[in-house]
Amino acid sequence: MNLHEYQSKRIFAKFGIPVPQGEVATTPEEVRQIAKRMGTPVVVKAQVLVGGRGKAGGIKLARTPEEAEEVARRILGMELKGLKVRKVLVDPAVDIKDEIYLGAVIDRARRRVVMMASSEGGVDIEEVAARTPEKIIKVSVDPFLGLREYQARWMARAIGLDKQFFRPFAKIALALYQAFVHSDASLAEINPLVITGDGQLIAVDGKMVVDDNALFRHPDIEEMRDIEAENPFELEARKYGISYVKLDGEIGCMVNGAGLAMATMDIIKLYGGEPANFLDIGGGATAERVAAALRIILSDPNVKAVLINIFGGITRCDEVARGILAAMEEVKPQVPFVVRLVGTNQEEGQRLLAEADMITAQTLSEAAQKVVSLVKG
Amino acid sequence: MSILVGKDTRLVVQGITGREGRFHTQQMLAYGTPVVAGVTPGKGGMEVDGVPVFDTVREAVEETGANTSIIYVPARFAPDAILEAADAGVELVVCITEGIPVLDMVQVRRYLDISGVRLIGPNCPGVITPGEAKVGIMPGHIHTPGPVGIVSRSGTLTYEAVYALTNKGIGQSTVVGIGGDPIIGTTFLDVLQMFEADPQTEAVVLIGEIGGTEEERAAEYIKSEMTKPVVGFIAGQTAPPGKRMGHAGAIISGGKGTAAEKIAALKAAGVRVARHPEEIADLVAQVLS
Repeated sequence: MNLHEYQSKRIFAKFGIPVPQGEVATTPEEVRQIAKRMGTPVVVKAQVLVGGRGKAGGIKLARTPEEAEEVARRILGMELKGLKVRKVLVDPAVDIKDEIYLGAVIDRARRRVVMMASSEGGVDIEEVAARTPEKIIKVSVDPFLGLREYQARWMARAIGLDKQFFRPFAKIALALYQAFVHSDASLAEINPLVITGDGQLIAVDGKMVVDDNALFRHPDIEEMRDIEAENPFELEARKYGISYVKLDGEIGCMVNGAGLAMATMDIIKLYGGEPANFLDIGGGATAERVAAALRIILSDPNVKAVLINIFGGITRCDEVARGILAAMEEVKPQVPFVVRLVGTNQEEGQRLLAEADMITAQTLSEAAQKVVSLVKG
Repeated sequence: MSILVGKDTRLVVQGITGREGRFHTQQMLAYGTPVVAGVTPGKGGMEVDGVPVFDTVREAVEETGANTSIIYVPARFAPDAILEAADAGVELVVCITEGIPVLDMVQVRRYLDISGVRLIGPNCPGVITPGEAKVGIMPGHIHTPGPVGIVSRSGTLTYEAVYALTNKGIGQSTVVGIGGDPIIGTTFLDVLQMFEADPQTEAVVLIGEIGGTEEERAAEYIKSEMTKPVVGFIAGQTAPPGKRMGHAGAIISGGKGTAAEKIAALKAAGVRVARHPEEIADLVAQVLS
């Protein structure tokens, strides 16, 4: 789950990381009042879950409250990479002398939380990784020891910080690691971590991504979910224990198992079609779940045909067929379906479907070719 | 015994009295798997289908000599269950559970590396050596003994491959589901080494997907040290970047972990890569002939 900048910074602040004393606003008038109260130049920052907000015009400095209101008027309601800006963060402007990068991420290959630091702050870290990877310092953290202060000092030294910043940087790095672990994050970034004109370190931007699997033990973080930023059908799917990702094509698919669902999308493309979605219905294709899945797939106006691929295994195919037929009764789809069922009692399952005039197939290849030809003609 | 599980497996089922545990214990027993004990804290003294239930894994191991554990326990309790099994002296732990927080697995994996206990999974269908032992949720009846080892991150996609092979008269030595999570107990590389050393395995099928770099690591091993032929398949060529595709580990992050990169790495290592799941069996038939 992605958190907004203002949410990430609030969590950072709780762990003692210095952040600007900013406030969130939803109208230009609010922004003017906030800027007036602050009495300093401010930065108005669009709160949307996309990268490159600055380049897209979503982050602007304003010297006066009137200018802040003007700037906010333009930014609020703006669309940045497909997402509407509904909130802005108003931060007091900071006197930036230097910008560094500090982040924590789960490194799958090392199976560790890895702290990363770079003197190249304020730019896209992936670009730094591509162009000058030697400028990114990485430190693996032992899960039983946590980040040690000597490791943080080493990072400070390695990125060329002045000695006066060793301790303050280490404090922030240790706090970032704590914030990461206590929030079950998969990413926590401060980019840039700014060195101000008067020698202070402050986190001018913040980003956190929280492990979806851990939300059950963070109800306060779950509440922070920006529902408006998510595809409503992806949200709906999650409620039913279905994994759904909308794509751009015209052939909907419903499959049991994530790997098989991806392979089904791939084989549709292989035979010249375009998948409209990824959908893993999980184990146990009950009529209720199948109906929910069908409704979600068919909510996409691009869908011209649907492929159902269920490898029954232990689940009986005749039960799956009954589930599909009951769901079709309820949903009454207007597009053709191709159904491929494999597993226990598959002849019975296929017979039930054929009786209901559904197109069936024996193999996945056959099913994919049939559904593509339905769409292409 | 091919690899990991077989006639010598003595299995303890953690979570045996739950709905999943109970159902799959019946299935495993019906297959002929030596299920010797079950564990559900608080339900010690009961029996499930003739299998004695204990309160702790330690008691189960002491009383029955269990050497392998399978875990059907919800995500919030699974890390504890894995650690309990390791401490109780089990040699192999197979964790079916999906949804374990990644940071829990960072800790668990670190502990298991220190204690030397092997974990398969989590978020996996388990391991089966056809004709000997089924330690997992896979449909036993589609498998048949034979010379092909299979290692996969997926569940039903693996069954597709097995089904196609069995229908072609090509049997399997052991089928290992390593799971769909980003941090797992046993990697492709680990299993390939086991298959390379296994006399019954003549060819290997590797089924991967987007996310991470384990297929690439496997490709390096295949290129430099493996003598047995490998057929591969990678799911997710049409997956968009940045989206979790069902499995927690199936995500293209920062441009890394794409299917195209993995396919290229495997091909460069001499692996024959299938264009779709059913082609796997055709390619295996070719390498075995």
